[in-house]
Amino acid sequence: MSDQSQVPQDHAVPSAVTTTTTGGRRRRLRVLSRTDRVVIALMVLVPLLLVVGLVWLPALATVGLSATDWDGIGPVGDIEWVGARNYADVVGNYPPFVPAVQNNLLWLAALFVVATPFGMFLAVLLDKELRGTRFYQTALYLPVVLSLALIGFVWQLIYSRDQGLLNGVFGTDVDWYGDPDVNIWAVLVAAGWRHVGYVMLLYLAGLKGVDPSLREAAAVDGASEVNTFFKVVFPVLRPINIIVLVVTVIESLRAFDLVWVINKGRNGLELLSALVTANVVGEASRIGFGSALATSMLVVSLVFITVYLTTVMREDRR
Amino acid sequence: MSRPRSHAEYLSRLVPPSVAGLRRRSLLAGAAGGGVLLGTGLLAGCGDADPEGSGSTTVSLGSNQSDPKPKEVTAKVMDGFRASSGITVAVNTVDHNTFQENINNYLQGKPDDVFMWFAGYRMRFFAGRGLAADLSDVWSGLSGMSDAFRKASTGDDGKQYFVPSSYYPWAVFYRKSVWQQYGYQVPKTLGELTTLAAEMKKDGLSPIAFADKDGWPAMGTFDILNLRINGYQFHIDLMAGKESWTSGKVRTVFDTWRGLLPLHQPDSLGRTWQEAAQSLQQKKSGMYLLGLFVAQQFRDDEQDDLDFFTFPEIDPAVGAKALDAPIDGYMMARRPKAEDNARKLLAYVGSKAAADIVVKNDPSTLVANSEADTSGYTALQRKAAELVGSATEIAQFLDRDTRPDFASTVIIPALQQFIREPADIDGLTTSIENQKKSIFTD
Repeated sequence: MSDQSQVPQDHAVPSAVTTTTTGGRRRRLRVLSRTDRVVIALMVLVPLLLVVGLVWLPALATVGLSATDWDGIGPVGDIEWVGARNYADVVGNYPPFVPAVQNNLLWLAALFVVATPFGMFLAVLLDKELRGTRFYQTALYLPVVLSLALIGFVWQLIYSRDQGLLNGVFGTDVDWYGDPDVNIWAVLVAAGWRHVGYVMLLYLAGLKGVDPSLREAAAVDGASEVNTFFKVVFPVLRPINIIVLVVTVIESLRAFDLVWVINKGRNGLELLSALVTANVVGEASRIGFGSALATSMLVVSLVFITVYLTTVMREDRR
Repeated sequence: MSRPRSHAEYLSRLVPPSVAGLRRRSLLAGAAGGGVLLGTGLLAGCGDADPEGSGSTTVSLGSNQSDPKPKEVTAKVMDGFRASSGITVAVNTVDHNTFQENINNYLQGKPDDVFMWFAGYRMRFFAGRGLAADLSDVWSGLSGMSDAFRKASTGDDGKQYFVPSSYYPWAVFYRKSVWQQYGYQVPKTLGELTTLAAEMKKDGLSPIAFADKDGWPAMGTFDILNLRINGYQFHIDLMAGKESWTSGKVRTVFDTWRGLLPLHQPDSLGRTWQEAAQSLQQKKSGMYLLGLFVAQQFRDDEQDDLDFFTFPEIDPAVGAKALDAPIDGYMMARRPKAEDNARKLLAYVGSKAAADIVVKNDPSTLVANSEADTSGYTALQRKAAELVGSATEIAQFLDRDTRPDFASTVIIPALQQFIREPADIDGLTTSIENQKKSIFTD
């Protein structure tokens, strides 16, 4: 958002200087050439149209459709309004819903408590210019680059009950994907594997940007490595920390691909996103019901977005 | 679906539902967005209007035969069509499950001229919604199709919308060599099946191979138990939403299943059917209730060792003559680009010539055309054809006999829940019934 408000000014001010050499700053800003005004209008309108057309209208339409029982076939005129029935069904008459909410929260907790700090830790280690640091970076970041189909396949080879690597090596017969008490943890390991690499890269980029003199000063003052990181480097990295936090929340809310590849988000791997897809995208075509699920997901996301935005805006005002 | 009431509505049907939905909303929102997207609609209209005259020599086929063997057979049939008619078929193969799950969008978007589908509830549903073309004229030229197949190809309005090509029965498969080694006999009743399974357990085998990671294989077990306990008519009515899931009859099915579950391979929810079939192939399991396609997991020299029996009788009053035997075949899109060629292709795939090619190349299916030269059938195929021929009633499989939303969003989680916790049958059937009522509203 801040980018968009910057851009028009950058274009406007220099050209305004060329058109009027006299007069105060207020006057200069008002007298913009036609080109400038067109540019500004486009700069505002194009993103606005995109956001409204691609984000807000579909979101509102989803909320609207959630009050219907449309099956995705036939003209709009045939849509029947059913009020809040879909929501009542989602909460009271759809067994996978409650486990899905629980799993989404578990996902958030696991990424936040384990994967994200671990990724940061790896970044700090890699920042030490170890030998082969490039190799480690690549190895850790690779899971983020791999296609989702390939990741599903790789983990299937590891987790398969009868033919998998884990059970083969340890001689166990744990049903990693089938046992609903186990499979969510198995998948969280796989998801964490991916998330760690992502956080590591973001954080490493941040660490590279820290002014070395800060560290030197801390060292001169006799601060330990740990103290230097937590009391000097970590606070300096505030912007990166916020980005990492936001990425973690987003990743856990939109978590979908792994469970979908494994078993379409059923049997212990229910996630809101998978339920939405199963109802809307699949052969089922329960568009109305799926929209109600999607709306509930939107509400959860809005809570996080609101908290984030208020925090950031309060910071800016200070 | 009714005829379009206006030009705008006609255009709206040309775009996929995702886009169509956006367009509607934009129109409501304001003229600007609507105008842009209306432009898209018009462009789509122009695209469709491109004349592909009858002189063209191609036709497109949407194929769901994505496994290597069936894919190869499809290619050979299409080669046969080109040889006989000079028309080239552009085959667009999509993963079997993906094809099925995207079918709504596929048919409302720009489907291929001809596409593969199944007989059953969904075929009639698409026909009723006007998403598939009437094939009565193709049928009038077909020979060798039995009345049962004609009936299975007929929509609710009495016209044919489907050309059957192949079918396969669900039965209990086993390896002859294993059964000879231990001296097992084919069970005739449920009691005999239980005794046999207990014996297998003693001999160190998993009695009944079982897998339900993908959610659908367990439907086969439910189908056959319901057919054996409550009979065909009750099963079909239950699938149509006319009978209650909380009735004592359905309870008995789950009760019986609960008794059999300890004889099934454990941890089935993490296993694919291929892995379960391989446990049968590796002689670790004694038998496996699955479709004839289980043969795909056996090597060529093992095909002769594979045998089957139909699931044994449970209630003498019901008998053991009904079974699941899904029919696969072809349908035509509502507005094919090359309609003449599409009809020629459909006539060909229903013909003896195409059936002969299938028989020669695929030992895991049976061809629908009765005139086909079946001397190439393996012993297994011949036996399967006899089994289906002697069946009194043929069901199409749970997810083809009922609404897809009910099958995929209610029945799959419910059956997996049952396999996980077989004790709470009352809670399970009540939950299914409540969800059924929210889905079967019209």
